Amino acid sequence: MTTNNITQNVILRYSPDLVGDPIVYLLVKEYDLIPNIIKASVNPDKEGYILLGLTGEKENYKRAIERLQEIGISVQSLVDRVNWDEDKCTQCGACTAVCPSQALSLQRPEMTVTFDGDKCVVCHMCIQACPVNAVTLDF
Amino acid sequence: MKSYEEINAKIRAGKAVVVTAEEVIHIAKDIGIKEAAQKIDVVTTGTFGIMCSSGAFLNFWHTKPKIKMQRVWLDNVPAYGGLAAVDCYLGATELDINDPANTHHPGNFRHGGGHVIEDLIAGREVKLRAEAYGTDCYPRRTYEQTITINDLRQAFIFSPRNCYQNYNVATNCSDQTIYTYMGVLKPHMANIHYSSAGQLSPLLNDPYYRSIGIGTHIFLGGGEGFVAWPGTQHAPSDPRNERGIPLGGAGTLAVIGDMKQMDARFIRGVSVTGYGVSLMVGIGVPIPILDEDMLYYTTVEDKDIQAPLCDYGPDGYPTGEPCTLGYLNYAELKSGEVEFEGKKIRTAPLSSYSKAQEIAGTLKQWISDGKFELGQPSRLIPGDSSFIRKEDRHDNE
Repeated sequence: MTTNNITQNVILRYSPDLVGDPIVYLLVKEYDLIPNIIKASVNPDKEGYILLGLTGEKENYKRAIERLQEIGISVQSLVDRVNWDEDKCTQCGACTAVCPSQALSLQRPEMTVTFDGDKCVVCHMCIQACPVNAVTLDF
Repeated sequence: MKSYEEINAKIRAGKAVVVTAEEVIHIAKDIGIKEAAQKIDVVTTGTFGIMCSSGAFLNFWHTKPKIKMQRVWLDNVPAYGGLAAVDCYLGATELDINDPANTHHPGNFRHGGGHVIEDLIAGREVKLRAEAYGTDCYPRRTYEQTITINDLRQAFIFSPRNCYQNYNVATNCSDQTIYTYMGVLKPHMANIHYSSAGQLSPLLNDPYYRSIGIGTHIFLGGGEGFVAWPGTQHAPSDPRNERGIPLGGAGTLAVIGDMKQMDARFIRGVSVTGYGVSLMVGIGVPIPILDEDMLYYTTVEDKDIQAPLCDYGPDGYPTGEPCTLGYLNYAELKSGEVEFEGKKIRTAPLSSYSKAQEIAGTLKQWISDGKFELGQPSRLIPGDSSFIRKEDRHDNE
């Protein structure tokens, strides 16, 4: 792996005519990306989405995203989809042990909560764990 | 030896030496217990966490014509009206009548008594609805009005059990995720949750309740309050370590305070997934340094405080049988990871340590500024079980 590697969490949204296509295979085979599928679903109208992490060489990642958009798949970055409301947060830390990627963590010794959107994998655990609904999701 | 009156005279004169329960640890290390006890008058403590068994008494003024409210709802959360004409008690864990609870487990519990209490304190509008059967003296049958806390004649928090001295530390030995009042616990002991401010926590700084009793003047939810009584489930006879620190929940306090003085930053409605609604409450208790022993007790550190690690899985806590797997201290717990039986396990608090610091610091400021005097208890919280009738005692008490 080169130092030019990046990891991005994205939501891919498909129209019904694309749902059957092996998109992830394309990402692996042609762009050498490592996919980590976190969530995927097809709704009753046969529209689908995949929430996944993509790791790979920066240029490959960029070209892959362009290719997906050409095919007609909407690509949304996840970083701005999870909202942590610092004013609502009581700094209790209940979200920190269940967060698998340590996007939400306690700073020590201050014992205050911080959120790093780049690390977030949108697993929803924090939403269940937060007692004051300080974490919300547009998803 | 110092008396309450001597300390209060110094507070009034703006000359009291007040430090927090964190600061006193370092001071005593520098100058020793003896000198620190002479120098320091008050040590302030703080805690901010979910405290079930909380609630509020509200009085709505009499309506024209009058009503004797038999059934009362605030933003669709039932309050208990079987008290008098326009008094009610709103409990923190009461659910909104439309809440689906755990119909689809785990439920979200977005709204309930704790949230209404927070809304009132924050000055937000709340819809009051009441029903009555009608009497000659109180003919009205229904009443609806949008109110804020300013429309209430009286509003005070009166919580039967707050401020647990120590508490269980929770994990899950089963093979399924569970949703408890101790948070979301992943299977196979993947995480551990604790809920105490440790070295800052009020009753851990006066473990035998030598200064805490009926009339103790406290910080409650951002305003001033008082200790009203030993809390429900007060169990002072729990086993203790060599410093007098109980190895289980032990002491609790019933507390009272004027809601109109409170600040919604220090009292918050909470939704506990799969469990229900409740209230996060901020409490700070000033500990008077009456003698060297009092100072010694306030120097307790996280590493001196052990708490029982309990299995909250289906074979543990819910059964009512003993569920303690071992003991962990708060220095380990606060580090974010503990090693237990050869396994590294991530830990997280449910109570906010930074808020506890803020509360201890605020109380220190109030006392230093001469705005807040100590209340000498008219009776101390019992340090043993002699206050409980023998026939009411549990086997372990």
